[in-house]
Amino acid sequence: MSLFNAVGDYVRESQVWGSIFRHGVPKDRRTRAMAILSNVFLHLHPVAVRKSGIRLSFTWCMGGLTFFLFLAETITGVLLMFYYRPVVEYAYADIIALRAHVTLGLLREIHRWGAHAMVIAIWLHMLRVFLTGSYKPPREFNWGVGVVLLTLTLLLSFTGYLLPWDQLAMWAITVGSNMARATPVAGHEGPGAALLQISGVPLIHAGSDARFSLLGGTLVGPNALLRFYVLHCVFIPVVVTVLIAVHFWRIRKDGGISGPL
Amino acid sequence: MPMNPMRSMLATSEAIAAEHGPLDALKETINHLCAPYYFVPLTTIILMVGLLTYRRWTKPRMALTLLFAFTVFYVGSMLDHAFFLIIKKPDNVPITIMIFSTLFCIWLAFRQAAINDERMTRGLPLIESGADDKVLVWPDLVFTELICLILCTAVLIVWAILLKAPLEPPANPTNIPNPSKAPWYFLGLQELLVYFDPWIAGVLLPGLIIVGLIALPYIDKNPRGNGYYTFSQRPMVITTFMFGFGIMWIVLIVLGTFLRGPNWNLFGPYETWDPHRPAALLNINVAEVFWVVLPEKTGLWKPGVPTQASFGLPVYLIREAPGLFILGGYFFVLPVLLAKSVCKKIYAQIGLIRYAIFWLLMSWMMFVPIKMVLRWLFNLKYFVAITEWFFNI
Repeated sequence: MSLFNAVGDYVRESQVWGSIFRHGVPKDRRTRAMAILSNVFLHLHPVAVRKSGIRLSFTWCMGGLTFFLFLAETITGVLLMFYYRPVVEYAYADIIALRAHVTLGLLREIHRWGAHAMVIAIWLHMLRVFLTGSYKPPREFNWGVGVVLLTLTLLLSFTGYLLPWDQLAMWAITVGSNMARATPVAGHEGPGAALLQISGVPLIHAGSDARFSLLGGTLVGPNALLRFYVLHCVFIPVVVTVLIAVHFWRIRKDGGISGPL
Repeated sequence: MPMNPMRSMLATSEAIAAEHGPLDALKETINHLCAPYYFVPLTTIILMVGLLTYRRWTKPRMALTLLFAFTVFYVGSMLDHAFFLIIKKPDNVPITIMIFSTLFCIWLAFRQAAINDERMTRGLPLIESGADDKVLVWPDLVFTELICLILCTAVLIVWAILLKAPLEPPANPTNIPNPSKAPWYFLGLQELLVYFDPWIAGVLLPGLIIVGLIALPYIDKNPRGNGYYTFSQRPMVITTFMFGFGIMWIVLIVLGTFLRGPNWNLFGPYETWDPHRPAALLNINVAEVFWVVLPEKTGLWKPGVPTQASFGLPVYLIREAPGLFILGGYFFVLPVLLAKSVCKKIYAQIGLIRYAIFWLLMSWMMFVPIKMVLRWLFNLKYFVAITEWFFNI
């Protein structure tokens, strides 16, 4: 082991190592604090936390798991984008090809199961935060941010559901997006839509209502596929990323992991 | 709801027991109990009993027995072909995971709540207490996170190796599958379509759920129970939330996944999905009850749905007046009466605006089970049916 230690010491004393990690080996209080403070990712954490707050039986690690699953989804999602074209003629064939030809073709599996797991994890995170009363002052606002993140997670999963362009996808999205045409006022089969008309000509009809703007058509077709792809891969993830930053920032600003006052 | 459902259920299961043995009779009984008019009330009763006795069933030995019994039931059910067909669908696997992980998490939370509540009555400190017990994030937290991350990765990879992501035949706009189901996490909302029009089930209720959740910390002004598990310090809020999350969300998802088959008909967990089963349901509106059924039965006024405008009001307002009257009473008069009686304390505590929002959210949340029950008991379709405006409640 002495050789192992010697190599270790050599690496840790090198200029390269020292330029990346400004602190020494996290052995004592000072270097351990430095390990957190001098790392852009780790310094999302405070230096010290309440011991009872980080017990697994208290947090269930569900918020962390949700975040981790979001990262896993981002990575596998970006890789999937290499193989997938959001065009009706190619989409299904690309998924088939992904199955048949890509070595170690687990990407889509990890992406899909990760998405399901993320939905469950975020629900359980909400349940934990609720049952520990952690939404109470001073964390009211952050709870609200969390609710929005929960909604966006469901929307992420929903928009992704269409992309394989199989029967499951198409009809699940048809059932889901049919709701939009019943939106009050904004959907052509919603209450109040008939009120919006100019001298007898309705402003809200099947070609102009909420569902149309969601699908880019009156049916789940090519435009819907493209819109869901863009929402799924760009728009919602960007919003989620921003809100996650706010969420984490506010955890610290609101006093860290909750505990008895 | 069939006539004398209890009796017919017992009769069929007895007949089956005589012919095929007790196991089939048990399956038949469970099939019957899974009809929403048993399933939802039963799970609600289980939840309420669970909340009342949370100090008892959360004890590890007791909870383990319950878990064991439930697992035996669940795994045993897989021996049934029809149930296994639904369970093994790749996109239904997450629901099995959801059921077990939610039950486990509920146990974990209420176990700690029971311990905390017990300690508080004895004047002992909480599990979470100890203000000066700070530890450094490195190593105590980062390593926990690392282990969780590795475990999660491992689980995800194993899951991905064992189970292929589903892929059905290519999308075909002319071939409508029966049943057409939304993604599983929206099946609770799809289940509500049985009872409500899309503008309520698909737009209004989800919107109110989001708004309601965001509004929660501003309405719940109880300062106790902040940052630790407890039940006794905020029983009402937790009961309401557990009903909303547990029954109106999770249970309805389970119902929508496992028990809804072709034509959105109900099928017991051990029944084959037969697309040709007829669904005979004659539903009735409040207007018909008031203008036709009641006068025919009592003879107090002349039966007949009004067809002419009068009092300067359009005909649909006259026709739907009874339903509008009931809904107006429920949404606007009831909260005022409650504020002056049962909810006096809450009203004094949170004030007018918070109380108004609280009841807007609460009344809609309770409107869902109320309408379900009325549908099961009286086949009620709409309180108010102004189809001219797509305004059906």
